[in-house]
Amino acid sequence: MAEIELNEVDKKSKKGMLSKLDFKTLGPFIAMIVLFIFGYLINDAFINSGNLSNILTRSSFIGIIAVGATFVITAGGIDLSVGSMAAFISGIMILVMNELKTVMEPGLMIIFAGVAISVVLGVVAGFINGFLTTKGKIEAFIVTLGSMGIYRSLVTYSADGGTISLDREVRAIYRPVYYEDLFGIPIPVLVFVAVAIIGYILLNKTVFGRHCFAIGSNENVAKYSAVNVDITRIKTYILQGICVSIATIIYVPRLGSASAQTGTLWELEAIAAVIIGGTMLKGGYGRIWGTVMGALILTMIGNILNLTDLISNYLNGAVQGVIIVVAVYLQRGDWKKKK
Amino acid sequence: MLEGQITTEVILAAEGVSKSFGSVAVLFSVGFDLRKGEVHALIGENGAGKSTLMKILSGLHQPTSGTVKLDGQKIDLPPFGQAEDLGVVLIHQELNLAEQLTVEENVFLGREMVNGLLLNRKEMEEKVQFYLDELGADISPRDRICDLSIAEKQMVEIVKAMSRDARVLIMDEPTAVLTDTETQLLFNQIEKLKNKGVAIIFSSHKLSEIKQIADRVTVMRDGQWIATKQTEALTLDAMAQLMVGRELSKLYPPKNEVDVDAEVVLEVKNLYTDYVKNISFQLRKGQILGFSGLVGSGRTAVFEAICGLGEIRSGEVFLHGKKTRLHSVAQARDAGVAYLTKDRKEKGLLLNQKMQPNLTLLALPNFVKNFLMDDKAEQRATARGIRRFDIRARDRNITAGDMSGGNQQKLLLAKIMEINPKIVIIDEPTRGIDVGTKQQIYSFIAALAADGMSVVVISSEMPEIIGICHEVVVMYSGRIQGILQGAEINESEIVRYASGLREAS
Repeated sequence: MAEIELNEVDKKSKKGMLSKLDFKTLGPFIAMIVLFIFGYLINDAFINSGNLSNILTRSSFIGIIAVGATFVITAGGIDLSVGSMAAFISGIMILVMNELKTVMEPGLMIIFAGVAISVVLGVVAGFINGFLTTKGKIEAFIVTLGSMGIYRSLVTYSADGGTISLDREVRAIYRPVYYEDLFGIPIPVLVFVAVAIIGYILLNKTVFGRHCFAIGSNENVAKYSAVNVDITRIKTYILQGICVSIATIIYVPRLGSASAQTGTLWELEAIAAVIIGGTMLKGGYGRIWGTVMGALILTMIGNILNLTDLISNYLNGAVQGVIIVVAVYLQRGDWKKKK
Repeated sequence: MLEGQITTEVILAAEGVSKSFGSVAVLFSVGFDLRKGEVHALIGENGAGKSTLMKILSGLHQPTSGTVKLDGQKIDLPPFGQAEDLGVVLIHQELNLAEQLTVEENVFLGREMVNGLLLNRKEMEEKVQFYLDELGADISPRDRICDLSIAEKQMVEIVKAMSRDARVLIMDEPTAVLTDTETQLLFNQIEKLKNKGVAIIFSSHKLSEIKQIADRVTVMRDGQWIATKQTEALTLDAMAQLMVGRELSKLYPPKNEVDVDAEVVLEVKNLYTDYVKNISFQLRKGQILGFSGLVGSGRTAVFEAICGLGEIRSGEVFLHGKKTRLHSVAQARDAGVAYLTKDRKEKGLLLNQKMQPNLTLLALPNFVKNFLMDDKAEQRATARGIRRFDIRARDRNITAGDMSGGNQQKLLLAKIMEINPKIVIIDEPTRGIDVGTKQQIYSFIAALAADGMSVVVISSEMPEIIGICHEVVVMYSGRIQGILQGAEINESEIVRYASGLREAS
């Protein structure tokens, strides 16, 4: 008992103004600024508006998915299936739109139908993951490892091992969703910002978000405090599914196709973005803005490596790996304390 | 150190030991000595520095100044529990066992016996069995830790210590989670160890236990050594006074009698669950109803079932005269029934979160405005809770895990009060809490009842059941063995029912 009170004193004395600005909160921001300056020093081209908007656009896929992953991870879960889920949803979306084109005039209706299918699939896929982990009492890692394999092979099967391509005329109508701007900002970026804002409010300002924190901190305490643990968990997976579907909605017009390679390793990039952002992998603490920064950082690394000859672009993964490990090390917070 | 028997051999001693964490000093030049074959009790309120001293004596903390002597030799005890190799073993209050491993695997963890490259299971099991027999413990070396009761886990810790040939055994509040019977069993084991020449340091908040088991008592207060005396030379009152440094006013508040015709707010008829049989009782408005009995007698199971945390097989529950079945904690909450768990750390509080999210978690729907969390209302509630229950945290942003046991308990009380319950069930209200805070909690409970709330107190501490309850239900092996009122509420009567010696007519 006494010991606990001592720690109380101990921590308090160290937690002055300084640590209010500590790595835990500001780490991702600082890292991004450092990368930013680094990028500028390496190549002026880095900060021209074309390049910056390119970075933002490219990070929006992973970013949107990672916002969903923030909820899942904060509530103590994990979803490994998002990459292949994205591929699967893209594939089905394209197939449905192509099919519709044979019976109706190419127009917005087809796009809406595709979008609707995508959202429905996202919700259902998320629900299945959530249902199996909670009611089925199978560990999230196993469930989503399973669904990851299933969706991936379903895409390969639907594409007959090749590529599913969106009908030319439909694509022409759909194309602006990825390539156009609104008020000078690329649409994917606007969507990303909107998803992040909604995510922030959900996680920090609603009962649902509070329940996610509680479950991730200690499921038992949550249960004894009138939190419906299973339902809340399922909701986080559904939310993740919806985020994946939003990401695919803006991804499909980019290439107009889906294949077995679509979205490979997205799950790991999304998890990396979440973790770099300061969310705890074991749950109980999550930060949407951190996640956004994490997604930007990951894209920026690739971009900077493209702009320099200093390090081979092939080492992109290695640099990202180092950044992830360092970020987590710094955020642990007890690295200066010996335990 | 002050005693006459200098001839007695001192095994472990602290001389002028001080300890600071950062800039905060917590131990001030404390002296302490432990003799071969004695049981030396360490008492003091929470925060007095007992645990810190124990950790220094076992090498888990290094003193900032002062010396530790083992067998008269100045020694720097190695950190991380390596002092165990020197025969100095600390048993933590939160036991340190690998839940998924067996008893034998735990005992030999880190120093497994091998035959070449393979584990010598047979020999290890035999050794463990030998020690278990010696202690009279009824468990098998092959049992998994997670299947054992807390008392049995503690035995495993003791076996672990014995197998290391411990000469000094340091136990931090070993009885805090034990029932009286289990405590007696532990004391028998301590006697046996003592007769073998093992020296034991022992801390507890239960003074009557100290009186029973300890040879000498050292009292600490605010990080300072206050006194070391032979146990016979101290009365319970004297111990308590030395601890708090002031006259203890009466520990228990006066009992307000309940009106005979007060409304029955909760009635349970013939309740059966997987763990309890045929439970029937009534709770009146403004009443404090005690539930006594051994750990495992089904007290908690009764109320978890009533509050929607467990399955009800058959039977009826009436709330304010209306037949009700609560299926979840949320339903219980909305019906004005709150259950305060005995397991603060695992079921009560989110240890890694701050006070505020903990305080409002149960009553969260009350803090929603326009679908969003109302931070201002939450802050007001936190301020209210801190004031009402006298939660002494230096900083409102402290995480719950960094608070002392007493403050955690107060925070839990504040948390369930946020739902304005009509019926409050408090499971072990003062487990692991110092005397001063206990007294406060008793007066809170009495005040709640005086305000017209009905309170159920489940407790393994008999004095507290006797001290605050209007009526006491005694359970034994899943059944209600007796319901005591008025003058019947006394220790011997409760013991007879709780041990199954006597049955309700």
